[in-house]
Amino acid sequence: MFGWEFPPHILGGLGTASYGLTKGMHACGDMDITFVIPKPWGDEEKGFARIIGANCTPVAWRDVSWDYVESRIGKVMNPQLYYDLRDHIYADFNYMKLNDLGCIEFSGRYPDNLIEEINNYSIVAGVIARTVECDIIHAHDWLTYPAGIHAKNVTGKPLVIHVHATDYDRSRGNVNPTVFAIEKDGMENADHIMCVSELTRRTVIDKYGINPAKVSTVHNAVIPLDKEYLDIKRRTEGEKVVTFLGRITMQKGPEYFVEAAVKVLQKDKNVRFVMAGSGDMMDAMIKLVAKRGIADRFHFTGFLRGKEVYEMLRDSDVYIMPSVSEPFGISPLEAMEMGVPSIISKQSGCAEILTNVIKTDYWDIDAMADAIHSILNYPAMYHTLRDKGIEEIHGITWEKVGQKVIGIYKDVIAARNH
Amino acid sequence: MKNVCFYLNIHQPYRLKRYRFFDIGNDHYYYDDFANEDIINNLAERSYIPMCQTLLDMANEYGSDFKCAISISGTAIEQLQQAEPEVIEMLRKLADKGCVEFLGGTFAHSLASLEDPDEFLRQINIEQRVIKNLFGQTPKVFANTELIFDDDIAALLQSTGFKAVVVPGAKHILGWKSPDYVYSSATAPKLKMLFTNDKLAADISHNFNNTDWAEYPLTADKYVNWIAELPEDEQIVNIFLSMDTFGGFIPASSGIFDFMKALPRFGKEKGVRFTSPSEVVGKLKAVDSITIPFAISYVDGTRIDVSAWKGNDLQREALNKLYGIAERVSMVEDRKIQQDWEYLQGSDHFFYMATNNQADAAFSPYDSPFSAFTNYMNVLADFLVRVEEQFPENVDNEELNSLLLTIRNQSSEIEQLKKEAKALRKNILEAEDSNYAPVAAAVVVEEPIKEKKPAKKAAKKEKVENKASEEKATPKKTTKKTAAKKDK
Repeated sequence: MFGWEFPPHILGGLGTASYGLTKGMHACGDMDITFVIPKPWGDEEKGFARIIGANCTPVAWRDVSWDYVESRIGKVMNPQLYYDLRDHIYADFNYMKLNDLGCIEFSGRYPDNLIEEINNYSIVAGVIARTVECDIIHAHDWLTYPAGIHAKNVTGKPLVIHVHATDYDRSRGNVNPTVFAIEKDGMENADHIMCVSELTRRTVIDKYGINPAKVSTVHNAVIPLDKEYLDIKRRTEGEKVVTFLGRITMQKGPEYFVEAAVKVLQKDKNVRFVMAGSGDMMDAMIKLVAKRGIADRFHFTGFLRGKEVYEMLRDSDVYIMPSVSEPFGISPLEAMEMGVPSIISKQSGCAEILTNVIKTDYWDIDAMADAIHSILNYPAMYHTLRDKGIEEIHGITWEKVGQKVIGIYKDVIAARNH
Repeated sequence: MKNVCFYLNIHQPYRLKRYRFFDIGNDHYYYDDFANEDIINNLAERSYIPMCQTLLDMANEYGSDFKCAISISGTAIEQLQQAEPEVIEMLRKLADKGCVEFLGGTFAHSLASLEDPDEFLRQINIEQRVIKNLFGQTPKVFANTELIFDDDIAALLQSTGFKAVVVPGAKHILGWKSPDYVYSSATAPKLKMLFTNDKLAADISHNFNNTDWAEYPLTADKYVNWIAELPEDEQIVNIFLSMDTFGGFIPASSGIFDFMKALPRFGKEKGVRFTSPSEVVGKLKAVDSITIPFAISYVDGTRIDVSAWKGNDLQREALNKLYGIAERVSMVEDRKIQQDWEYLQGSDHFFYMATNNQADAAFSPYDSPFSAFTNYMNVLADFLVRVEEQFPENVDNEELNSLLLTIRNQSSEIEQLKKEAKALRKNILEAEDSNYAPVAAAVVVEEPIKEKKPAKKAAKKEKVENKASEEKATPKKTTKKTAAKKDK
């Protein structure tokens, strides 16, 4: 498996989903999973998958001792693996900028030279593919498609790609041609494509012109939250809090949340609205809030990490995700597990599998405001969404998803052998 | 001789329009006129009119050999009167021909039988009056909203003088017993129970058009045979169907109207009579008494409790909020409020909030039970504000009731005092004229109007009378009286 992020060092939903899926598949048994990420930190959870860091994989020969390797990358992976990988270097990459172990450095984030990093990742994938035996290759999101294709060419094994998002979702239609080309190339070379929602599947078929027969939908699930998070106590009482939590970008539809807040505040002054997160539209949103004259009731927290996210959810009475286009959207599931009634846009992939949430169109601020008002003012609504929501989330597990993915693997391998 | 009784139910609710929370306090009209009219026009054309025509044809052809029963909710009557008066006209003709017996019911097709006995009885009365006015019959047999029934309802119905009630043929109530007998209620022995035969009803409503069914196609011949083949002493078969089954769920092209029309002919051959419930109740004795401690209902014969209407927290909250204000509404005279009060009680509003029957979502105008709830609660919030605005909030119901009574009595009292004053003035004048004191100064004092609801406590009545005598009219009265005495 090729991925880009892995908990606990995650920047978005991709890492969480990759992790959950891997863990779910491992729980189904009889799976030997190798997970490649650009830059492991050493504190990743091991045991259900072997993690290989692209930045620990040599692409040029260096004569280094066991002890030295141990001291350099021992906390990330077994030195023996380093030597195994070193035995499979397939070309001379000494012209590149390499470190003392003959490895390429990766940031593991989304730097400005992302395209270069993707390319380097693909070079490394060639070494790994020659070293690790596998039956199927699974690439998560466009960043790893080139690596997946490379590995497929080296091993001759089928390639499955997992579409967590497309550039159409990220850009509201104004796609970046380079990204589009990489995505389309990945889709065309893949033996099978898994999409996180029917919505994404339609995009893949309609916008990328892919044969529907090889595109299937595999909805995400949710990893049960730690008890530590679930036990967080609420800090505020009295005032009701409505929370938007996510990147403040065009894709997430933050302006619709502000407009809905205006509608609610016209009627009910005793509500606070929180926009948690950061992003390129944050300044514009602060201006919009000031212009609408609701700044005394509308708050920005900036980026929240780790436990802060769950503290914020615990203090919330309503969670709202008005995404314009959301391939899946895992955070409402977390909000629901924390017992926060959620409002999501119909344009979100997770709307396809959730029942005990309120679904509105992202542009329908009247419906959104009405839903907020309803949850805040009618106790039965709040309690039903809270209790049934928790119940529903407990039924959505990665094990079930893992099962489904394994089924697809088997079909793909069988189709190959015919 | 077998008796078969068809019960055809006509009901349409007043569906609500989309009503956002910012409309609360600004917009007091709640109904989706377009959708309501559209649906009623459509159903009238496809189902009600052809079905009534079929029944009229049958009445002409078979005379007194064919009878059936119709139950129609008040909200359906009002919508038909506005949008499709032809249907009402046809129903009246059917009543005149004597082939249709109209059943009693709740005017608003409400759940009042489960929530508020006073309101339940009030709605039965309205429905009785409406049926009497329109069709010239006083219903003797009762069919509750969705046939909801339990022992408490039985007692209420007996007290209002109904002879019989149509009850869902729930398997867990009947057990090994057959629905095809007349039973009586354990709590109300005078009330006969007519259980529906759900199998024979489903053969029409579900299977008539079902090509996968082993018995497809269903013919009148076959159907009557099944009835004739029932055990000897099973004498009454009650078949309860929604009228829009005919031509609505099952299209006319399937031949359903011809099927209906042919039934009495085969019935005659096989000794099966199509009759009305009152006739059956008059002829047959109850074979046993049955108790129903927990409410049952009829939803296509599958669900037997009332969870479709009050099964989840959303529904219970909405019902509690609605009936919580019942007493206050009963004191309001504003006709618009009274009308909304009835329309908002329609059972359908609560049905749309059900979370356990996704299959029925097709009938709901909402995309989820949550939006059904939100919309209803917004409307209800506005309605509650309007009701509360009628009277000051800090006056409790009991006090308010007595104050209202005082106000109502006031005008008659003033009238009376005026008369009295006039008589006395005349006496004074006469006395001045002739220096002769009249003896007939005493004026007959009429009693104030009695409290409307006899159920209220006597203590309250006293309070009312005290209040009444303390009113501003009182001093006038005493002074005049003393004046008269002085004259003496």
